[in-house]
Amino acid sequence: MTDLPSTQELAIDVSGVSKVFGGEPGGFRALDNISVGIRNNEFFTLLGPSGCGKTTLLRLIAGFEYPTSGKILLHGEDIGLLPPYKRPVNTVFQSYALFPHLTVAQNIAFGLEMLGRPAAEVRDTVDRMLALVKMEPMRDRLTNQISGGQQQRVALARALAPSPKVLLLDEPLSALDYKLRKEMQIELKRLQNETGITFIFVTHDQEEALTMSDRIAVMSAGLIRQVGTPSEIYDRPADRFVADFIGETNFLSAEIDSVLEDHAILRLPGGGLEKAFLPKGAKTSGKVTAAIRPEHADLVPEGADGGLRGTLSNIIYSGSSTHYHVRLHDGPDFVVRTQNSPDNKLEFSVGQAVGVRVHDRCVQALED
Amino acid sequence: MARSFDVKTQPGFALIAAFCFAALYLPIAVLVIYAFNAGESIAVWEGFSLRWFVTAMSNTAVQEAALRSVVIAVFAASIATVAATMAALATTRQGTYPGLSFKYAVLNQPLMIPEIVTAVALLIVFSRIKVWTGYTGLGYLIAAHTAFCIPFAYLPIRARLESMDSALEAAAADLYASPWQAFRRITLPLLKPGIMAGFMLAFVISLDDVVITEFVKSGGQETLPTYMLGQLRRVVTPEINAIATVFLAFSVLIVIMFFFVNRRKA
Ligand SMILES: Nc1ncnc2c1ncn2[C@@H]1O[C@H](COP(=O)(O)OP(=O)(O)OP(=O)(O)O)[C@@H](O)[C@H]1O
Ligand SMILES: [Mg+2]
Repeated sequence: MTDLPSTQELAIDVSGVSKVFGGEPGGFRALDNISVGIRNNEFFTLLGPSGCGKTTLLRLIAGFEYPTSGKILLHGEDIGLLPPYKRPVNTVFQSYALFPHLTVAQNIAFGLEMLGRPAAEVRDTVDRMLALVKMEPMRDRLTNQISGGQQQRVALARALAPSPKVLLLDEPLSALDYKLRKEMQIELKRLQNETGITFIFVTHDQEEALTMSDRIAVMSAGLIRQVGTPSEIYDRPADRFVADFIGETNFLSAEIDSVLEDHAILRLPGGGLEKAFLPKGAKTSGKVTAAIRPEHADLVPEGADGGLRGTLSNIIYSGSSTHYHVRLHDGPDFVVRTQNSPDNKLEFSVGQAVGVRVHDRCVQALED
Repeated sequence: MARSFDVKTQPGFALIAAFCFAALYLPIAVLVIYAFNAGESIAVWEGFSLRWFVTAMSNTAVQEAALRSVVIAVFAASIATVAATMAALATTRQGTYPGLSFKYAVLNQPLMIPEIVTAVALLIVFSRIKVWTGYTGLGYLIAAHTAFCIPFAYLPIRARLESMDSALEAAAADLYASPWQAFRRITLPLLKPGIMAGFMLAFVISLDDVVITEFVKSGGQETLPTYMLGQLRRVVTPEINAIATVFLAFSVLIVIMFFFVNRRKA
């Protein structure tokens, strides 16, 4: 990573890592020259569609796979070739992988015992961990005698017990139902705050990533597309893939009219001009894609001062908000989302000619 | 759709099933019943008695053969189980690689090659070794039994390993267990039912063997099955029924234990 002063404050520094399965050449390149720095004590999320290489990156950090090329540093020390049992890094597996022949307490004690800690310390730590995940009453149960959410907590406690430098979590919530998932999201965040351990969290759920993370790396096809805080990723996506993957986005083909500092004036379909944010190093002339979130635009009556014009083709009411689909005269469909409230009823009907007004500073110019 | 494929609804099913069961179990039932015959015949019932059991149990030849059978079975099944466990670990814990199916074939060779062929081959090789070394002990029988027991011990162990989540071993390694510790603390305890089942299966197979034993044994090395075979060539009394009945009870007991152990979840 280049946006950090030194590697000292990095818990994990992945530099130029590639992973090819099946041997080169002709093998499958699951990770392609990836570089990313994960700061000490942060909640870092790897987000991306299925098969993009999230688990592979996690397994490389845990030591279950070895990189084809590149380096993995843990607090400055190269761990890329150490076996998993020599890395001060623990994993919460997606399947939990609790030991079925051991009790809850024995599962939690396992790592400490393997590290050869004295029995008294093991006992104290197990008690502390059971309290941390609120599982004291279940300590002597076998792991198949507790619910999925409880297994999840035990898996967490087991991985946290040896106080790893970094905790790796591979979609740990994906097996839980919606409500439990929400609860565990808060729980995980609390555990991370209380323990101060660096978390690397894998998910393909963008909402989960946005609510939980300090920073997110968006991945696709073995590449990291963007690293940033949730709001940077959401408000200032670096490219079309990120904008499309995170939340809903309207894409319009546009042309750069003029450029001022980090902004550009774009000519949108229909001729309207809009001020747009231009990412660092982007091109300053020619055709670009304008990305606009549905909640960053309003529906206005035809003829009002709105940059885009079209016909209202569909209205979808979904409780807290309403989606309006507008077929633009000079382009594709455009979705506008408005927050609903009892005294805020927009009186539009399907088939009506309407205008769309985009909020100030809410357009993003992206290269295709 | 599914109903019409259920063989139980096919006409004549009950009749065929009854016939098969009768063919399987009636002769055994007759054998067991005549073990309790008071007379000297295995075909004419002369009243109930346990005399043939007493005769058999006090027959030193039977005692020696039975003991020899058990000794051979214990050694052969133990060695075969250790070998099968290692083989199962090697064939299920490294992913697939070229030559894997060849290894399966080699492991299961005793199931495929006619037993008589193996027996003749062993006879020739072992007799040569006997001449060279002068050793004529039970080692040959134990070695031969070990060889054909391995695939039987291997099957339940491999089945158990395959149904075991390999993430458990990854989790152990992740929690600082060295490969040996992970094996001792996680893999082995979870594998135990499979290993016990494999051992029992190998034990029964060894106990039961006639063909290979008949060819490999040196003089005076009768096992229970070869002793019984030898007896059949002479005057047949219900003593043989009594031996067979005890043998049967013992085998059934082990098979029941096998199912019990194999079905138990870890
Ligand atoms: N051992 C392997 N051998 C060959 N290919 C592999 C192996 N492991 C992973 N891959 C391939 O590498 C790619 C990335 O896999 P990975 O498991 O990292 O994806 P992921 O981002 O975790 O996806 P998901 O969200 O579905 O878990 C996939 O295309 C996968 O098929
Ligand atoms: Mg994955």
